[in-house]
Amino acid sequence: MFLQVRQLSKHFPTKRGTLVALEDINFSVAAGEFVCAVGASGSGKSTLLRQIAGLDQPTCGGVWIDGQRVTGPGADRGIVFQHYSLYPWMTVQENVEFGLKLHGIPPRVRREQAQYYLEVVGLTAFAQALPRQLSGGMKQRVAIARALAAEPRILLLDEPFGALDLHTRETMHEFMVQLWQRTRLTVFMITHDVEEAVFLANRILALSAHPGRICREMQVELPDRSLGVMAIKRHPAFHDYRDELVRLLRQQGRADAPTPALVA
Amino acid sequence: MTDPARSQRIRDQLQPRRLRPSVFWRLAEDIPPRLYWRLVTLSILFPLAVWGLVTWVGAVDPTFLPSPGQVVQAAIRLGRSGELWQDTWASVGRIGVGFTLSALVAIPVGLLMGSFASVRALLEPLFGLMRYMPAPAFIPLLILYQGVGEAPKVTLIFIGTFFFNALMVMDTVKFVPKELIETTYMLGGNRVATVMQVIFPHVLPGVLDACRINLAAAWQLVIVAELVAATEGLGRRISLAGRFLRTDEIFVGIIVIGLIGLGLDLLFQYLVRLTCPWADAK
Ligand SMILES: Nc1ncnc2c1ncn2[C@@H]1O[C@H](COP(=O)(O)OP(=O)(O)OP(=O)(O)O)[C@@H](O)[C@H]1O
Ligand SMILES: [Mg+2]
Repeated sequence: MFLQVRQLSKHFPTKRGTLVALEDINFSVAAGEFVCAVGASGSGKSTLLRQIAGLDQPTCGGVWIDGQRVTGPGADRGIVFQHYSLYPWMTVQENVEFGLKLHGIPPRVRREQAQYYLEVVGLTAFAQALPRQLSGGMKQRVAIARALAAEPRILLLDEPFGALDLHTRETMHEFMVQLWQRTRLTVFMITHDVEEAVFLANRILALSAHPGRICREMQVELPDRSLGVMAIKRHPAFHDYRDELVRLLRQQGRADAPTPALVA
Repeated sequence: MTDPARSQRIRDQLQPRRLRPSVFWRLAEDIPPRLYWRLVTLSILFPLAVWGLVTWVGAVDPTFLPSPGQVVQAAIRLGRSGELWQDTWASVGRIGVGFTLSALVAIPVGLLMGSFASVRALLEPLFGLMRYMPAPAFIPLLILYQGVGEAPKVTLIFIGTFFFNALMVMDTVKFVPKELIETTYMLGGNRVATVMQVIFPHVLPGVLDACRINLAAAWQLVIVAELVAATEGLGRRISLAGRFLRTDEIFVGIIVIGLIGLGLDLLFQYLVRLTCPWADAK
């Protein structure tokens, strides 16, 4: 297995005691897999992603990538957040090149790499634009290109399309499918949008809240996604998966209920 | 419970208060450019007109309030004799040296304070206290330590602006989104690279803005310093003119100070737009 998360727990000390954000999380992701974690707000999705990214250290357990324990952030994992994902003073091209620049890669190689990935995300024409001139969907595509330019072994996405309108989001979903089919990337994505998860993922992890646990692992078998969002969403299996997940998340109750479980 | 009578009552009360369209009173919106420029012209011409009128009717003794014409003549006189340039240059020079030194030290220190909670804990309490000590109160000490030459004036500007500069630069770092810093870590950036290549460019417009605001304080200080002890400088010119009841020269001094201040302000605004086009609001 490529990515392994074993017995991972994360506690946060708060004024009212210890908040168990994640408890005994176990799962793995094979190379080339597209795995989505879904859960209500506050179920610890971002916390989980941050442990995998190495931006935070788990209280117990750990994360392994290719047998190597994750101890900190590193360029072998590409990350895309929901907001503020681009350096606003750099052009699109400079943004995409930046990771390579940090590693001292010569300008010519950087430029070629950036041009290649801008072509992959379909933004070649905007190479010299500033981020603020781009729409939300384009910004996220640049952020994905920037993550890919460093040739990561896994792409980590934290609700990357959460701030986009429905139409743009669906366009991005189809874009992600094409990107994934073209590059055969390993992707671990976090979302609260159940339909997004069903459309994109090979496998879905449903998280319950307080404490955050994996309450269900679900293999998704759907026809070829390149048929498009409209076709897939009409498929009966799509509805079954979606309804099952919605039911599951409803059962978990509201994750932001007034009194989260605290352990003194 | 729904109560149609109550609903109707409330509706009646709410209805008459409609927002009338307005050009002048637009909240948080731009006004038409022509109106803008008219108002700007008015804001300059109106005080000038009042001033001219008051002196023209002779409402005030010209010894105390010279007319605009007299002030212009005084400016020409001081300009011809070269005194005006000499004084202006002396004051600007002091600010240039004092403020540049202050900014050169305060920007890195403020950047470190903003970036690292440890440096902040180390320096913020001290700086927060120093900031509230009025810099002119240090003048006697500085004269004692450094004599009456250029050094105490430059030092005064330095200590009078350094703490503000550092604390304001520190504050700008708060606005760097955590996501950008973490993205940089994930791309393989270390702390030095993150501070230099991400935090610094992100705060640069804010830093220039802080400098612009604190430059106004530097002007106050240089004049205060010159009023106390100096052989030349605009502050010196004003205090000398006061002693000989040359109010027209006092006005020249004050207006020149204001104009230079405004000029520097605009220069900094231009600098922000030039170096950080991405931060331009429009
Ligand atoms: N640094 C922290 N300190 C204390 N508590 C935290 C911290 N980070 C997260 N939490 C808590 O952990 C829980 C999970 O947070 P997390 O941000 O991972 O949720 P999420 O599933 O990503 O939610 P959302 O969908 O709103 O992004 C929440 O109750 C949150 O308040
Ligand atoms: Mg989150």
